[in-house]
Amino acid sequence: MYAQMVKTDSDRVKSLAEMNPQERDFQERVDRGEKIEPKEWMPEAYRKTLIRQIGQHAHSEIVGQLPEGNWITRAPTLERKAILLAKVQDEAGHGLYLYCAAETLGVSRDELLALLHSGKMKYSSIFNYPTLNWADIGAVGWLVDGAAIMNQVQLQKTSYGPYSRAMVRICKEESFHQRQGYDIMMKMAFGTPAQKAMAQDALNRFWYPALMMFGPSDKDSVHSAQSMAWKIKINTNDELRQKFVDQTVPQARYLGLTIPDPDLKWNEEKAGHDFTEPDWSEFFDVIAGNGPCNRERMNARVKAWEDGAWFRDGLVAHAEKVADRRAAARVAAE
Amino acid sequence: MSSEWPLWEVFIRGQHGLNHRHVGSLHAPDAELAIKHARDVYTRRNEGVSIWVVKSNDISASSPSDKGPLFEPSNSKVYRHPTFFEIPEEVGHM
Repeated sequence: MYAQMVKTDSDRVKSLAEMNPQERDFQERVDRGEKIEPKEWMPEAYRKTLIRQIGQHAHSEIVGQLPEGNWITRAPTLERKAILLAKVQDEAGHGLYLYCAAETLGVSRDELLALLHSGKMKYSSIFNYPTLNWADIGAVGWLVDGAAIMNQVQLQKTSYGPYSRAMVRICKEESFHQRQGYDIMMKMAFGTPAQKAMAQDALNRFWYPALMMFGPSDKDSVHSAQSMAWKIKINTNDELRQKFVDQTVPQARYLGLTIPDPDLKWNEEKAGHDFTEPDWSEFFDVIAGNGPCNRERMNARVKAWEDGAWFRDGLVAHAEKVADRRAAARVAAE
Repeated sequence: MSSEWPLWEVFIRGQHGLNHRHVGSLHAPDAELAIKHARDVYTRRNEGVSIWVVKSNDISASSPSDKGPLFEPSNSKVYRHPTFFEIPEEVGHM
């Protein structure tokens, strides 16, 4: 999802009986639904996994600004432009909440950014796809933010306090994002035939990448089992994907758009839709750095970081000068 | 490599008459910018009427391992709660 395929350093999940007293005490607190707070004891693997997961989540928020930022100057009306600006600003805020949560685990902001810029940490595969026209901005809000909400709502219950609180805050703001996307889709789908065709084309291109956001099936994954035992993951990837499909189908129907999957149909028995899995070889290729926009996204991030260095340093120099001057004035007054 | 901006803890008064509450943290070069950043990061939807920022390094905190000795003494003093005392019904509301 926003965090895909996070590794846990475990080869299997230990039972309570196999744990040492400290580990058992920790696991029992998690099982009772208690939140774990920054300075409390936690297994090293829990801490490391959380840094990977929250870091990846934060990076996704920040890189996720790029495909949408692309359309701020080209939004069709001043109102749409102001709304898109507010949404992209929210994404920056969400990234900041999450970086702060990760930092409580003993990693610095600069370390996290260096790991992103060197390609050692990932961000969600979805942001490596281009936004070619205005309908894509609608599809991103509707489908990408829709999928993100599906994941984030359950993460509000996660065991790590700072992560959970960041999620609560993010969820409060996120439904605006999905609704603004759907609002754009409605305008396009109920507009001229050319506009409706653009909306359909955007849905065609974003449907499978949106399904990939949840990551490959993890029902047999040790990492997922461990993360679920630690309550830093609440549902399996397949459960969330199913929920997303079931929620989205009637929304597409209302728009009069067709989901690009001829095998999509309601299955009475499981009370959900049957649907075609995305092409996972494409997913692994995008994760490996070969999606349509991977290089462009990273270049933009690194350029922003490097071009801003003189400004960040200037502000630090100014703050130090003011502090020195204050200290000198205090000495002079004494 | 440039030096990282220090970390600040942010406290917001949500409405007049309420306490400032901790809402999160952020990085900023100095207090003035920390307040400006806090405005952008934590009050985009009118969540506050006042902001405090404190350098995270300047906060002293109790340690989680002291939880027992610090807070246990109050457990046994149930008489501090009004419900400890039974007042006969005839006396009326007290």
